[in-house]
Amino acid sequence: MEEDINKSGIEFSPELQGRIAVTSIDRIYNWSRRNSIWPMMFGLACCAIEMICTAASRYDFSRFGMEVMRPSPRQADLMLVSGTVTKKMVPQIVRLYNQMAEPKYVIAMGSCASGGGPFKEGYNVVSGIDRFLPVDVYIPGCPPTPQALLNGLITLQKLIDRESISKTRWYSKAPSEPIPVPVLGPDLMDPRKYALIMEQTHKPEDETSSDTGAVA
Amino acid sequence: MDGLGILRGLWTTFKHFIDTYLEDITYRGKRYYTPEGIQRRSSSKGRGIFTVQYPEEKLPVPEEFRFIPILVYEEGPNGEKKQRCTSCGICAKVCPPQCIWIVRSNDPITGRPIPSPAQFYIDIDICMNCGLCAEFCPFDAIKMDHDYEIATTNRYKHNIYNIDKLSRPVSYYAKIRPKNYDHEEAIRAEKTSRKAGSSEAAG
Amino acid sequence: MTDSIGTEQTTDLAALYPKWAVIDDRTGYQGYLVQPSNLILFATAVRDDLGYDYLSSVTGVDYLPDGKMEVVYHVYKTIGGLPVVFKVQVPREQAVVPSLVSVYPGADFQEREAWDLLGIRFDAHPDLRRILLWEGFAGHPLRKDWHEPYYEEEGKPFKSRWPNGQVFRSEDKNSFQDNVQYPKGFSPEDWIPEAETALYGGIHKVQKANESSLKTDQMIVNFGPQHPSTHGVFRMAALLEGETIVDLKPVMGYLHRNHEKIGERNTYIQNIPFTDRLDYISSMSNNFGYVLAVEKLMGIKPPERADYLRVMMAELTRINSHIMTTGFLLNDLGAFFTPALYALEERELILDIFEAVAGSRMMCNYYRFGGVARDITDDVFKKVDELVNDRLPRKIDEFDAFLTGSEIVKTRCEGIGVLSAEQAVAYSTGGPILRASGIPYDVRRAEPYSIYDRFDFDVIMGSHGDVYDRYLIRIEEMRQSVRILKQVVKDFPQGPIFNGKPQYQVRVPAGEAYGRVEGPKGELGYYIVSNGKPNPWRYHVRAPSFINLTSLAKMCIGGKIADVVVILGSIDIVLGEVDR
Repeated sequence: MEEDINKSGIEFSPELQGRIAVTSIDRIYNWSRRNSIWPMMFGLACCAIEMICTAASRYDFSRFGMEVMRPSPRQADLMLVSGTVTKKMVPQIVRLYNQMAEPKYVIAMGSCASGGGPFKEGYNVVSGIDRFLPVDVYIPGCPPTPQALLNGLITLQKLIDRESISKTRWYSKAPSEPIPVPVLGPDLMDPRKYALIMEQTHKPEDETSSDTGAVA
Repeated sequence: MDGLGILRGLWTTFKHFIDTYLEDITYRGKRYYTPEGIQRRSSSKGRGIFTVQYPEEKLPVPEEFRFIPILVYEEGPNGEKKQRCTSCGICAKVCPPQCIWIVRSNDPITGRPIPSPAQFYIDIDICMNCGLCAEFCPFDAIKMDHDYEIATTNRYKHNIYNIDKLSRPVSYYAKIRPKNYDHEEAIRAEKTSRKAGSSEAAG
Repeated sequence: MTDSIGTEQTTDLAALYPKWAVIDDRTGYQGYLVQPSNLILFATAVRDDLGYDYLSSVTGVDYLPDGKMEVVYHVYKTIGGLPVVFKVQVPREQAVVPSLVSVYPGADFQEREAWDLLGIRFDAHPDLRRILLWEGFAGHPLRKDWHEPYYEEEGKPFKSRWPNGQVFRSEDKNSFQDNVQYPKGFSPEDWIPEAETALYGGIHKVQKANESSLKTDQMIVNFGPQHPSTHGVFRMAALLEGETIVDLKPVMGYLHRNHEKIGERNTYIQNIPFTDRLDYISSMSNNFGYVLAVEKLMGIKPPERADYLRVMMAELTRINSHIMTTGFLLNDLGAFFTPALYALEERELILDIFEAVAGSRMMCNYYRFGGVARDITDDVFKKVDELVNDRLPRKIDEFDAFLTGSEIVKTRCEGIGVLSAEQAVAYSTGGPILRASGIPYDVRRAEPYSIYDRFDFDVIMGSHGDVYDRYLIRIEEMRQSVRILKQVVKDFPQGPIFNGKPQYQVRVPAGEAYGRVEGPKGELGYYIVSNGKPNPWRYHVRAPSFINLTSLAKMCIGGKIADVVVILGSIDIVLGEVDR
């Protein structure tokens, strides 16, 4: 991949061949960023064990530059959401995402983080973290083997290669809006949907919105 | 002497460090990027560094490995596909998170069901790779695949597999699971020979 | 100890205490029915007069057709033997039961869970708050008339999947595009979040006479849920005086995945892959416990080769779990990652065997009712042989030499997190924690299951009850597991692995059963109530990590912050089990 940096299409004379490299800012910027992604030490459930195995010596991911796994969100580039996302945990996840410094990426590892997984029908499970965060790569599997996770990380690297400074959202003129943190009410409430909730719960009696039937 | 325990620990780590270089010298050049090298490093006699360098070296998966299901079809002589699946629905009934949807097709004239699926969906964002569908299929139609390199960037476009995305030829199945395939073919051959024998005796 | 203890029948308690207990005579049920007003007297008598000092499980069952809620208690003797099972029945609408925390302190978290999920109120409980869900959640989810937002049918298989299965995503059918539902007339703008006043109010500030002129204060600090050294999403709210812990309260439920509600909707065989995800590090043990409980109800036994395979996998899993725990305990101590990397190397070799036999590294889904799913081939058997006879003993000895004598480990682990024997039994701890405190209780010896009575192994016991003892016990237990494995490999029989043809619809007669195994973390039990239908009526998991956490506060108070992390590492929790 490093050779691609130098292919700019500009002709120059043979005696300068080995001595000058011409590249574009995009390519060198992307190359340096994709080879030093620092994941955040953030494991929720069983997929976290496979993530630990990927970080361990057999499927070492520090060969890809992800040497340093930082627990602090301020120092991390990548949030690997590994494991089932539950309603009780979602406010913390969104807060952590807001605290990460840009440029930041999210990988949904495993079927639980992608779309709820086998526990989708449960009452405390969110149907995928993309209900709240923008996800870049989805890795299916339950759990994805370490080689599958490495394949997903390579997919993320390819995605980063295709980015361009002029078009990425964190260099646009407007400041990035943080995602509003969900609130734990009688059920999980997304602040972006308050109007919808009001409309549904105040519908007239003949229309059934989902009723809890709770005996509390 | 105080500190002896720590020194003993450091000696163990040092030995692990030296072992890698000793192994490199013993196996000169054949230790990496060769199947025998990978085998040796993953066996109980392996010493020193243990890393399997994905994506250049892929650790081969064993035959029983299960990831996402596939539907097996028989290849006809003209390249036509004959699905083994009869849409009996057992896999949909036994799937623990209920991620299999099957549409059984009906004969257009009589309206009675015909043993072939019109559509077959699996939502892999729900699939838990348990293999119960493959275990209880009476027609050897649905089997577990070995392919794990299926990361995507958009799950709404890619992650519900329909019958075209799920189908694979029998030759592919025989390649990934040779022992299981041979075992099933033997059972099939025995059944057909028994049926032929009994029909001969009857007719 | 090489002989098993006490498998004789217990005395008839209805004859002994006629005013308090009546025999439960429903078909397939066992135990005694006790009136709520006599519960505490009965429990005290059973504990003090008859010697049943270990409360194993407290769970609630919702009998909607009868209009009753039932609370079921299982108590054991620490010298081993069969349990005494007693139950209390109260009306569903006004479910109030006296709390047994004064008799058995280990009932604390389990009663809070029954309140949270079933709405059974416990009188005189010291701290009755929700434990797995949050305060303010609408309803008690495990009740039979409470339906989740994605509710389709009472039991699987669902009719929408076949024969006309047009695929849909469940969130597309919900008006909010997610798994949520709100009560009628609810207004989100007016909702004031509870801000956890009950949690922080319950942490006791200690008034100290201030001798020095320096004015000090006590501070509440939250460890987690995202923290580099917790073993998953677990949170502790600690009150600190400087660096010393004054009080500590654990908060869990961040991984509550509704295992029991989903279990009631599943059929019996569909539950087996879900049990893999409880203690996700040792999935084979979880399968084992569930399969034993259902086989008790069905009254079947597996063939001999299957039994040997089960024991082989269970012991390999024990080694797997213990070596990983030891590696991560050292991680918590600060030896960032070297011992953990060596531990993970051995674990990878064992996972290779699981992958070759069961198909997956971690979620094995290997056991079935009446046998196991797949047979082991000769080359994999040879690999197991090599591991057990050559590599594992060598590596465990290396681990031992590397870590046990190290002065740093000794200074930081000896005398930390001490739990005395009486406290350990009272708090219903299990596994290495109980044995480190001096009680040699191991379910494989106390109530032998499968073929463990054929094998020669020791139950390892410590005497100090501190973190160092628990670490030593885990290393020794790995050696005992290798000893059992050597015997298994030597006597491995030929034969079928399953009697008859595997069925996907099993017939389970009505009744109740409690099946338990000695998992690596402690006693893992499954309580199943069946009413003859294809889906269980009640499915409860007695999770060792959850109940071991009752003793966490006791062990940490008085220590420093750095010790809390080490003590949590020595309790060895797995969040999949704690939160289910």
